[in-house]
Amino acid sequence: MSNPESTNGALVRLTDVEKKFHRGSEDINILANLSLSVPAGEFLALMGPSGSGKSTLLNLIGGLDHPTKGTVEVGGERVDGLSDHQLAAWRARHIGFVFQLYNLMPVLTAERNVELPLLLTNLSPAQRKKHVETALAVVGLSHRAKHYPRTMSGGEQQRVGIARGIVTDPTLLLCDEPTGDLDRKAGDEILNLLSALNREQGKTIIMVTHDPHASARASRTVYLNKGRLTNEPVA
Amino acid sequence: MKFFPLIWGNLLRRKLRTSLTVLSVLVAFVLFGFLCAIKQALVGGVELAGADRLIVRHKVSLIQLLPQSYQARMASIPGVAAVAHQTWFGGIYQDPKNFFMQCPVVPEDFMAMFPEFKLPPEEMKAWLATRTGCIIGRNTANRFKLKIGDKIPIHSPIWMNKTWEFDIVGIFDGAKKGTDTTALFFRYDYFDEARQGMNWGTGLVGWYTIRVKDPAKAAEVARLVDAEFENSPAETKTEPEGAFAQGFANQIGNIGFIVSGILGAVFFTILLVTGSTMSQAVRERIGELGVLKAIGFTNGQVVALVLSESCLLTVLGGGLGLGLAVLLTSGGDPTGGMLPMFFLPTRDVLLGLTLSIALGLLTGIFPARTAIKLRVADALRRM
Repeated sequence: MSNPESTNGALVRLTDVEKKFHRGSEDINILANLSLSVPAGEFLALMGPSGSGKSTLLNLIGGLDHPTKGTVEVGGERVDGLSDHQLAAWRARHIGFVFQLYNLMPVLTAERNVELPLLLTNLSPAQRKKHVETALAVVGLSHRAKHYPRTMSGGEQQRVGIARGIVTDPTLLLCDEPTGDLDRKAGDEILNLLSALNREQGKTIIMVTHDPHASARASRTVYLNKGRLTNEPVA
Repeated sequence: MKFFPLIWGNLLRRKLRTSLTVLSVLVAFVLFGFLCAIKQALVGGVELAGADRLIVRHKVSLIQLLPQSYQARMASIPGVAAVAHQTWFGGIYQDPKNFFMQCPVVPEDFMAMFPEFKLPPEEMKAWLATRTGCIIGRNTANRFKLKIGDKIPIHSPIWMNKTWEFDIVGIFDGAKKGTDTTALFFRYDYFDEARQGMNWGTGLVGWYTIRVKDPAKAAEVARLVDAEFENSPAETKTEPEGAFAQGFANQIGNIGFIVSGILGAVFFTILLVTGSTMSQAVRERIGELGVLKAIGFTNGQVVALVLSESCLLTVLGGGLGLGLAVLLTSGGDPTGGMLPMFFLPTRDVLLGLTLSIALGLLTGIFPARTAIKLRVADALRRM
């Protein structure tokens, strides 16, 4: 069993997690007896080759999928047993997502995209506007609030994606290869932004990446190989 | 309302496809409006019929006449409050295509029997004072630009095959929208006296209208009336005014069934067109639906978004179509007299709007089902 971390009082704790997918009559083990603890305020990089289960692990932590076995706790709350409906509400309150391909709504302006998670709250339009302005200011895109994604560069779109991820002030920010579709310069800007969010605002961040340059910006890196965690890079 | 920018934005994503779908829905609802107006014109009389009125006609057929002397006998039957008679004149004004009904009536009896015809008191007084006087409905007066004081020649191929000339002394309006104001009524005494020279028809009338004292006992009164004239040379058939009007409409066919059949086919086609548009629209943005779910939208909220979009599409097309239908039918009878009660009732406009919402919900069901079944992790891979 891989267990590179077992900090008490962790914000995220996975215990003996197993994830299998069924393909026809065959069971495919993606994650096997995996345990992981992430303390609050940590910037954790999760590395590993393609197919190692990084995104699956991120999905389990983010409540997008259920483990086949084991427990997933975030902020002291068991999320592995929640129903889809409960998970949706939980994600809205606690998780911010940043995706590799930004995943913005092309029909909405930057500010409307950032506002999306707030539509699920009881905030008034004025309160939502204030939160959106703050999030866009944090990512340095106040001047692009009225622009549509198609008129923005990849780096700018990713910053809008980050603003959308942090606008509800979530417990945890999950980033799935946030620099994977960007050139080095734009990627560095995004990494600077994530580091600043972690350092200055204390955001707990888990980032999946292939890029050692990106993982170097994290406070800790763990490696996933064939469904198991190690502290050492995969050869 | 806070989700409106997203719903609207998605609808405008493929402008051409959305426009064509809205246009198809629009055309369907214009057709719906027109068919409803035609149905109203054909069966509207049934709805406007008085619940307390009975029609008495010859048992053999409507074109067989009844003795005028029956009026007093009917009036004495228990439960009868009033009796009035009318006779089909079948005249032609200038050209056969200028069709409108003309009937000789006894003014006091007639106006008391049909309060839905509104005639100013001074015009009623003038009618009573003028033997050759007639009153015409507002619709016909406007149609032929006729006014009080004009003389109107009507040629009757039935009655003496001559041109009768009447003095217009009044123009009546309808108490309700839909009241037929196309007819012309003139005095029975003038008519009966004028046909003395004929070997046929004197002292005969077309049909009677009876007002009963208690509508709940209308069937009983109808039975008594028919019993009164049983085994006489002119036996009667008495029925509620609504049934009489329905019988007229049924001569064309089952209007409701015909209209429902056509509309059913049209709406089924629209269901397929709109359903296809929505399915395509949802398939194209599976990834985006996945993102919405990832950031916390529940299945219910995603379904609500999809259904709102499909409803907006159909309500937009339906609303525009109904608006256009109201506009196109507001000019009244397009046939020049054959469909005097041609208009689109508010009730049918509301029915149309309800239908457009139902259409939206129906067409949204399958795409919404796709959205529910969507696994977020899978959907995110399809961005």
